[in-house]
Amino acid sequence: MQGGQARLGVDIGGTFTDVVLETGADRFSTKVLTTYAAPEHAIVEGMQRVCADAGISPARISQIIHGTTLATNALIERRGAKTALITTEGFRDVIEMRSESRFEQYDLNLTLPAPLLPRNRRYVVRERIDADGGVLVPLDGDAVAALADELRDAGYDSVAVGLLHSYVNDTHERMIRDVLAERMPAAMVSLSSEVSPQMREYERFNTTVANAYIKPLIKSYLGRLADSLRVAGADCPVFLMHSGGGIIDLATAAEFPVRLVESGPAGGAVFAADIAARHGLDRVLSFDMGGTTAKICLIRDQTPKTARVFEVARTYRFKKGSGMPISIPVIDMVEIGAGGGSLAHVDALRQIRVGPESAGSEPGPACYGRGGQRPAVTDADLILGKLDPAGFAGGRIPLDPAQSAQALSDALGAPLDMSVQDAAHGLAEVVDENMANAARVHAVENGEDLAGYTMIAFGGAAPLHAARLCEKLGIDRCLVPSGAGVGSAIGFLRAPFSFEATRSVFMRLSAFDADAVKGLFADLTAQATTFVRSCDADAPITADYKVYMRYSGQGWEIPVTLPAQDAEHPDPDRFLALFEAAYAALFSRTVAGMEVEITVWAVNATTPKAAVDPATPVTVASPVAARNQRDLFDAAQGISQIAGVHARADLASGTTVIGPAVITEDETSIIVPASRDAVVLSDGCIALQRKE
Amino acid sequence: MPGQVAYQIMWNRLISIVEEQAQALVRTAFSTSVREAGDLSAGVYDAAGQMLAQAVTGTPGHVNAMADAVPHFIRDIGFDTMRPGDVYLTNDPWKGTGHLHDITVCTPAFHKDRLIGFFACTAHVTDIGGRGFGADADAVYEEGLHLPIMRFASAGTVDPTLIQIIRANVRAPDQLVGDLYALATCNDIGRGRLTEMLDEYGLDDLDGISDFILDHSRRATLDRIAALPQGQAAAHMRIDGYTRPVDLHVSVTFAGDRVLCDWTGTSGPDPKGINVPMVYTKAYACYALKCAIAPDIPNNAASLAPFEVTAPPGTIVNALHPAPVALRHVIGHLLPDTIFGALDQLMPGVVPAEGAGCLCNFQMSLRPRTGTGGAGDAEVLVFNSGGTGARPSLDGMSATAFPSGVMTMPVEATEQVGPVIIWRKELRPDSGGVGQYRGGLGQVMEVGPRAGYDMHLSAMFDRVEHPARGRRGGAAGGATTVALSDGTPLRGKGRQHIPEGTRAVMGFPGGGGYGDVGARDADAVRCDLALGYITPEMARRDYGLSDHDVQAVLAATALGGEGANS
Repeated sequence: MQGGQARLGVDIGGTFTDVVLETGADRFSTKVLTTYAAPEHAIVEGMQRVCADAGISPARISQIIHGTTLATNALIERRGAKTALITTEGFRDVIEMRSESRFEQYDLNLTLPAPLLPRNRRYVVRERIDADGGVLVPLDGDAVAALADELRDAGYDSVAVGLLHSYVNDTHERMIRDVLAERMPAAMVSLSSEVSPQMREYERFNTTVANAYIKPLIKSYLGRLADSLRVAGADCPVFLMHSGGGIIDLATAAEFPVRLVESGPAGGAVFAADIAARHGLDRVLSFDMGGTTAKICLIRDQTPKTARVFEVARTYRFKKGSGMPISIPVIDMVEIGAGGGSLAHVDALRQIRVGPESAGSEPGPACYGRGGQRPAVTDADLILGKLDPAGFAGGRIPLDPAQSAQALSDALGAPLDMSVQDAAHGLAEVVDENMANAARVHAVENGEDLAGYTMIAFGGAAPLHAARLCEKLGIDRCLVPSGAGVGSAIGFLRAPFSFEATRSVFMRLSAFDADAVKGLFADLTAQATTFVRSCDADAPITADYKVYMRYSGQGWEIPVTLPAQDAEHPDPDRFLALFEAAYAALFSRTVAGMEVEITVWAVNATTPKAAVDPATPVTVASPVAARNQRDLFDAAQGISQIAGVHARADLASGTTVIGPAVITEDETSIIVPASRDAVVLSDGCIALQRKE
Repeated sequence: MPGQVAYQIMWNRLISIVEEQAQALVRTAFSTSVREAGDLSAGVYDAAGQMLAQAVTGTPGHVNAMADAVPHFIRDIGFDTMRPGDVYLTNDPWKGTGHLHDITVCTPAFHKDRLIGFFACTAHVTDIGGRGFGADADAVYEEGLHLPIMRFASAGTVDPTLIQIIRANVRAPDQLVGDLYALATCNDIGRGRLTEMLDEYGLDDLDGISDFILDHSRRATLDRIAALPQGQAAAHMRIDGYTRPVDLHVSVTFAGDRVLCDWTGTSGPDPKGINVPMVYTKAYACYALKCAIAPDIPNNAASLAPFEVTAPPGTIVNALHPAPVALRHVIGHLLPDTIFGALDQLMPGVVPAEGAGCLCNFQMSLRPRTGTGGAGDAEVLVFNSGGTGARPSLDGMSATAFPSGVMTMPVEATEQVGPVIIWRKELRPDSGGVGQYRGGLGQVMEVGPRAGYDMHLSAMFDRVEHPARGRRGGAAGGATTVALSDGTPLRGKGRQHIPEGTRAVMGFPGGGGYGDVGARDADAVRCDLALGYITPEMARRDYGLSDHDVQAVLAATALGGEGANS
């Protein structure tokens, strides 16, 4: 960063609020327990701590960048405002009927997740727009006025407006907003044509309802946050990380709070992308494993893969379809219920199953000695020698292997007639296999082969499992960056200002209208640029163009990136060629003779990425001897071996550590199995490399 | 020899491999029912053709079909003639999955020069020639091109003659041939993953892992069956059928280490294409039995073996060649409700009341009113669901597919496909069967042509004359209704004209209720009223809510009250 400038990154997680301060080349970080009732308190406390460490006053901070799980949690815990939906007559139940399918085929007692708004908070108006944007039934202004009075009298704080086909013609939605503004000015209003202007009513309405539902909460929080920071002496601009991996200003965040969902994990992906850039890596699998879940993301050419829709608040074992869809630009991640606290049991098939149920921090894994009776991943890690009982969390949490052994024996060993060590090995292998399978399926879905990939591992539990995952996935190299415990907050400081504008406009290539395409891109560019310009008045802004295309008759669109040239001078033949190239990359074939169509158009306006400090090559020194040794179980070979134990802090750049070994640090340990060696790189990253 | 842990990991891996296979198909197939309904399957088999793992997809219709398919391939092609690079296929309704529109592709897997197993996958293709997809044929010969079990590729070379014959017989040859390649590619993905796994664990073949999977699955399934009260029960369900009502009779027996399910007494075949080959009957019967008895045990040769499904040849559920079978799902989807009638006697408190069962699908054919010689014509197919039956301790699910796992299409997407307007698609109040637990609500749809178009509606609805019955004192759900917006009644099945300026108004069926209505929780009744799942009339008449209570609920509801959230 620019000399002397101080920037603060803050990530509010479920358990901890991570705060990172960067002053030039120096970085100071801390973790504060999240203060649920008033999250800004933890931020202020963390800021004061790191400022004290750095010896600066908060007034020196020029920029604060913030990401939070508050939006996600409000949706999961249903803690939103009293919200109404106004929708087209005949479509009151769109958010309740969902896709009309069951996400679990064999469960006769399946319970579908309740819609965010119950039926009596969903209101209809007579109006109808057709698929081309034509008005079939005009909107009756008097009826809207009467409805507005009804909503005001019922005391709604927030109103979502979602009408059919409003992504192509938003006139009626805007008319409703005008009436609401006049007759119930205190209510906040969210229009589907602004929040998520994409075809497919269930996703669009649900996204709009989610936005409306959390808007009062987030708006008030952001207001209090700005005040608290000012009082604490940090009178600088505050920005928010969004789910697409960029940052936006407070006003935009307050208007579209749904874009804050999953901003923490997005920061993690940006962190990994920055490491990738530093090391010149074009194909990276980021692996973030914490206490409850693991997140996996593909990073190509130092840019995380993105998607248009994702699911939050899954209610059934993280199963696809058991949550609710949110269609906003988002970093594409798979999240599975596998973390240090994930609990194991034996099922009817006498197989070990792990997660998604988690021990959390209370009671925690059995080895915490806080009453946890069931074995968690951390218990297996402890028994296998991956963790030092006395050195966990810098020694603040002593671990009790006897408790782990008891829990493993009771839950797995006894029913399966296995030794404690075999049970621990089985548990760890199952959780590692679950994560490896999720990574493989995610790669297949993106048409990627993981063989040439580098893994970047961060989050408390990742370094314990990363090397085994690499063995399973055939990945030769894994980087464990320093600061991995606060990766998301560091990622916030690397994110550019960005905003993606999208719109559904259906167009067949046979009816390609170049002028319309130009106009559409110009509109989207102007819209996206305006948001970015409000954050930074001077920085150069570039636009990235993307369309979603498919063969007519298919239900899946694939993203096709357009060079600027093609957006400015659109030519259907070029669109076809780009589509076919993208299709072939994903599915290894194209289909002759089929009509091709475009469904969604997107423009991402962004300031340049943070300047990268490239890692320099290291002179590899001869291997160091370990000061200590302990038994470490090697999963690939299925045996225990003597492993050297090293403290990360003692290892200078260029140092090589021969596996099997354990490299300890305050928050976690890095496991170097027999198949790998570790090398300390110039920027402090530790590379786990397959032995020649 | 690998240990228990390694075998368990390999089992997980095989399940993940077939899920990968299935995912790849979903994303590349052209057929609407593959991508929307998940009408596809993928499985991995040992060298003897025993299924080891199967992807869980949107259709139970392939459950046993897939398990039986590979032995057919081994028999008909000849194990000893199989070579690396071979790919086989078929759409034989009696050896595949019940109708010509499903194509099954099977690929042998070789490792260290030995044939060690197979991959197979099935997908519903858009068109297979003949009359097109519908119930109109009098014999399977009219329903399209029949591909017996044969070689698609030999030692890596695709048979050009086969491709020529296929191309000449179907309406969308590029799509179909593309789908065949997609099926073959999916098997290849599986093969590659399997080789990696065998290398990783240093194995020569699947024998050890096959024994491990099948032993554990057999033992777990037999434990479940042994825990059941032994005995026999029979059930009967009458449904609308196509040209005449169909009586489904089933008898279920828990007999030690087996569950027998026999369809003796069921009606004979229908002249039109709703007949069901045995393989499809087995699939839906097994699905229903597994849901009730062993829902968590994955499908494979051993976990399916104890479920024995039989039916006399020549009944509608064991239709023989050359019966027309294209719409075998219409009957197939109603088989689980019949079986639940028997299971409820044998294992009380497990199975739900009857539900909508059959999907409420219809096709709209649009034509411009000024003749344009076919230009501007459009066919629009939509999937919709009624309500499921109430459960022993839960209400039924509203507008949710069961037993099929179909997804509906967005209205906005459907209106892009052709010149139709869907004026209403909303829950249908009062359609849930009354009981201690209420049946799931059906839905109401209104559809019509856009201005300037003429429309025909091809209906495929059941439960017009025979609504879903309640269980243990619960009442029946609302029956299917179909009419024009001017009140003219329409038929539940068949092609009918919807004149410009009118709409088809359809009420899809609700699920049956469970238990005596008197035992329903009063708060649940108030909540249903607040949410409009039931009308004030029904609240008073069927649930005995007092006028005072009804007024109080409605007053709170008008203010967006919390009654809804209780």
